[in-house]
Amino acid sequence: MVDVADSNKAPASPVTETTERRPLPRWMITFASVACVLILWEIFGRQINPVFGSYPSAIAVAFWDLAVTGKLWSALYESLRPFLLGYALAILIGVPLGLLIGGFRVAEAALGIYVTAGYAMPLVALVPLLILWLGLGFAVKVAVVFLMALFPICINTWLGVIAVPKTLIEVGKSFVAPDIVILRRIVLPATLPYIMAGIRLAVGRAVVAMVIAEFFTTISGLGAVIINSANNFDTATMFVPIIILMVMAIGLNWLIGFVERKVAPWQAEIAGRDRE
Amino acid sequence: MGEVTFLDVSKRFSLRVDGEVHHVQALDRVSFTVKDGEIVALIGPSGCGKTTALRVAMGLDPSNGGRVTVDGREVTGCGHDRGMVFQHAELLPWLSALQNVMFGLEMKGIRGAPLRKTAEKYLHLVGLKDSQNRRPHQLSGGMKQRVGIARALAIDPKVLLMDEPFGALDAQTRESLQAELLDIHARTRKTILFVTHDLDEAVLIADRIIVMKHGRVHEIIDVPLKRPRPDLGIVRGTPEFSETRYKVWRAIHDGAVVH
Repeated sequence: MVDVADSNKAPASPVTETTERRPLPRWMITFASVACVLILWEIFGRQINPVFGSYPSAIAVAFWDLAVTGKLWSALYESLRPFLLGYALAILIGVPLGLLIGGFRVAEAALGIYVTAGYAMPLVALVPLLILWLGLGFAVKVAVVFLMALFPICINTWLGVIAVPKTLIEVGKSFVAPDIVILRRIVLPATLPYIMAGIRLAVGRAVVAMVIAEFFTTISGLGAVIINSANNFDTATMFVPIIILMVMAIGLNWLIGFVERKVAPWQAEIAGRDRE
Repeated sequence: MGEVTFLDVSKRFSLRVDGEVHHVQALDRVSFTVKDGEIVALIGPSGCGKTTALRVAMGLDPSNGGRVTVDGREVTGCGHDRGMVFQHAELLPWLSALQNVMFGLEMKGIRGAPLRKTAEKYLHLVGLKDSQNRRPHQLSGGMKQRVGIARALAIDPKVLLMDEPFGALDAQTRESLQAELLDIHARTRKTILFVTHDLDEAVLIADRIIVMKHGRVHEIIDVPLKRPRPDLGIVRGTPEFSETRYKVWRAIHDGAVVH
């Protein structure tokens, strides 16, 4: 921005000087935003009874306590294992399933309805049933994460396939490419941006699923830290895993974005986002 | 060899407009022959069936009657004996220019060293040797269409089918590509059937012009211009050009009410 007072002081300054202003880098804006929120939270959070709320410095102290005793790291490890496995399975199955449903009329008519319904499935209500089937351990947590993450990935892939321009498929056809080659070499790359968007959307759902699973099954992992500290009215400690999970989701999102730029660089280039 | 014959080809579409089903006779017993090495233009008002005719010849749309043959063999689907050039080039955006040309070749089963060599040869033919590693969005409209032409030519088809190949380009680019197409034709002697809505283009490039109307062949007009036509600027100045252009214009406007 051009400072008005400054330009008043020096009316003779050349115009070119003001036109070549670089915009603030995005990380700087994000950093400033986070700093503001933390400061405001700190100021107002201190006014509140520590049972009803907490504030950043108290949470940082609680984090330190959890970290030095090692409780945090074992809980994190406990949570991450089913999370990563369930999430990876959701990608491995959701993407091919979406390609299948989007690519073939019969598959869409036969299976599409379950995927649409499954997305809205109140999974929390089904967790007790899943426990009966799979027990209280690792497997049921993987299943809950998998079921929550599967549908957004699958639906996005499906919608992506539908959005592939017909003419690109006709290019394949006119060069006598078999259906499977068209699917792999035209439909799949054209759908990648949608697939990546689905994978991103699934991060949030998978994190929520993981905590739900830990609440309902053996109380363990980060979910256990949340519940136990909530029961002890230790609100600051309760916030530690919550914040860790949110930071983890941000990190995962960033990682997916990084992978997306590697596997589908043309997308950012076409949209003109490649210079950032 | 590369002779294309349309024999009583018909094509009907059903469209649902506001709940009512409309039948559109896109092609109505269309018959004509494109001789080996000949360039034929399909021209006519929009909706006259010219693009449909091309798509049926490519095998992208099935006909409802009659048949299209290439060297006597009936067209039942897409084949490597025909190369399609699309209106907007339709390059695969994630592949480089070279890879786009290689895609068509790979589909023909070409592997190993000849794959890259052939693709490079045809990119060279269309004047894109230096831009072969660019992706489509890094190419201008004219360059994209050059890649599209190279992709179709590389599989060495008997016939090149082109759907308004230069329609989306600016006037200057269009003119230089028209000249290049004639140059490529002089070198490869491919049979070319192309759709256009540009009178000048039809006369400059084609040996014969098929004027279509309401799904029928309305008139077939010979272009009395000799080959080769190395300088299209000179061709434009000839009386034959003006006369033929006027003839085609009359044929298109025949029976139509001119406001």
